[in-house]
Amino acid sequence: MRRREILAGATLLVAARPALAQFDPRLPAGTREIARMGALPGKRQLIELTDRPPNFETPLDAFRTPITPNDRFFVRYHLALIPEMDELRDWRVAIGGPGAERSVTLSLADLQRIAPPVTVTAVCQCSGNRRGLFQPHVPGVEWGIGAMGNARWTGVRLRDVLARAGVKSDTIEVAFDGADGPIVPETPDFVKSIPLARAIHSDTLLAWEMNGQPLPHFNGFPLRVVVPGWTATYWMKHVNRIELRTAPEENFWMKAAYRVPRGLFPTDMDFPTQMTQANEPITQIMVNSLVTNLQDGVRVPVGGFDIEGIAWDGGHGIRSVEVSTDRGETWQRARLGQDLGVYAFRPWTMRVQPGRAGPVQAMVRATSNAGQVQAARLVPNPAGYHHNVIQTLEVIAS
Amino acid sequence: MRSIVIAGALAAPLLSAMAAEPELRPGPGREQVQANCGACHTLAYIPMNSPFLNEAQWTAEVNKMVGVFHAPVPREDIPAIIAYLTAQYGPR
Repeated sequence: MRRREILAGATLLVAARPALAQFDPRLPAGTREIARMGALPGKRQLIELTDRPPNFETPLDAFRTPITPNDRFFVRYHLALIPEMDELRDWRVAIGGPGAERSVTLSLADLQRIAPPVTVTAVCQCSGNRRGLFQPHVPGVEWGIGAMGNARWTGVRLRDVLARAGVKSDTIEVAFDGADGPIVPETPDFVKSIPLARAIHSDTLLAWEMNGQPLPHFNGFPLRVVVPGWTATYWMKHVNRIELRTAPEENFWMKAAYRVPRGLFPTDMDFPTQMTQANEPITQIMVNSLVTNLQDGVRVPVGGFDIEGIAWDGGHGIRSVEVSTDRGETWQRARLGQDLGVYAFRPWTMRVQPGRAGPVQAMVRATSNAGQVQAARLVPNPAGYHHNVIQTLEVIAS
Repeated sequence: MRSIVIAGALAAPLLSAMAAEPELRPGPGREQVQANCGACHTLAYIPMNSPFLNEAQWTAEVNKMVGVFHAPVPREDIPAIIAYLTAQYGPR
C-alpha cells in the first residue's frame, strides 16, 4: 500500500510540458508532447525524453564538431537504479567465469598499470537511434537523430585485461555487467555479451577517459566497455563484472532484445553463438550521415549556401558523401573533412547554388569504404534499429 | 512484504524524480496505471509511445512488463491498465 500512497502523492506535482515545435515533426505526436530540454548533473541541456531511467538525446547543433562534447553526449539507461558518484569512486572490476583460468579483481589503478593507455576515436550510437522516425512507429524510446556521439576513448585493451585472468580455449563469449540495476530485483539485470573474437580485437577497450576527461557520471564513470563499430548496447557503463563464458549468455537482453531479422543487415563479424533461425543480435553500425548546419524549412541565400554534416559507419570509414538537388537523378561529391579514423564521424561540406528562389531539396547519401550505401528506403524491423535512410533536406532559397 | 521492500527502494528516487511526471489523460483505469506503471519508470514512457499502439500492442507491452520484467502488478489491475492505454494512448 505504501508504494501507492507515495505515487498518489507524487502525481500531484505535475509539470506542464508544452509541445515544442523544435522537436522533429516526424516523431510520434506523444513524444513531441513529453520531450523537453533538460539537464542532468554534469550535462548541459539535452533533449529529455525520460528522466527515470534517464534517456537524454544530443541536440543537432552539438554535431557541428566531429567530436561530441562530453557535457552534450547522449545518455541512455534501461534500468532506473544508477549508483551515485560517491558509490562509484572506489572501483573494482571482477574478471572470471568458466572460461577464465583464474578470477582476478582489478582497481582502476591496476588497469592503468597493465599497459600504456590506448585511445580510439569512435562513434557510440544507440541501436535505436532514429527509432522515432520509423514509419510505421514501433514501441521503445522514441529517439530522434541524437542518440549518438563521437568521442576519443582512452583506456586499456580488453584483451590485455582478459589475459590477466587467462582465457581458456573453450571460451566463446565475454559478458559484461554494470553497477546500474533494476528497481524490482526480479527484473533481468542489464548484462550483455560479445563474441570472444570481438572482445580480443585490438580496438575493443575498457575506457576510463572520454575526450581527455574522466567519463561523465551518466556515460559510465569510472569505466565502460568500448566496442568501436558496434552499437552502444555492448558498451557497458559502470562495468564491474566481466565473465568469460563457455556457453551463450541466455538473458532477456541477449536472447529477446536487441535482435534483428537474420541476414537483413550486413556485418563483418557474425555472432554465431547467438544466432537463431529467425534472428541474430544487432552488431555493426550501418553507414549513415546527417546534415548538421541546416534544418528543414530554414531560409538560405539564393546566391549559394553550404550544407555541412557528418558521415560515419561501422569501421570501414567513409569513401564518399554525395548530394543531389534533383531528387536523386544526379549526385555530386561533397568535400570530406578531417579523418579522425575509421570509427569516427567524418565531416563533409557541399556548396549549393540554387539559382532561383523557392524550395530547395537536397538529398545526402554516404558510402563506406566497404561500398555500403545508405538505404533509399527504410528497412523495417520490429525493434526499430539501423535507421540509415538517405536524408532529404528541404530549405527555402530567398 | 515485497511491496514494502519496493517502497523502501523507491522512496529516495521517487521524491526527486516524480516531480516531473507528466499528467496522464483522465479516464477509467488511470489510477491503476499511475499506481503500477510508475513504480519502475516515469509515466512519460506512455505518451512517448503514442498514439500508435493498438490494443494488441499495448497488451504485449503490459505483458512484457509483468512477464519479463516482473513488475509487481496485481493481476486484477491488468485489464483496466490495457483498456486505459488503448483508449487514451491508442491509435487516433
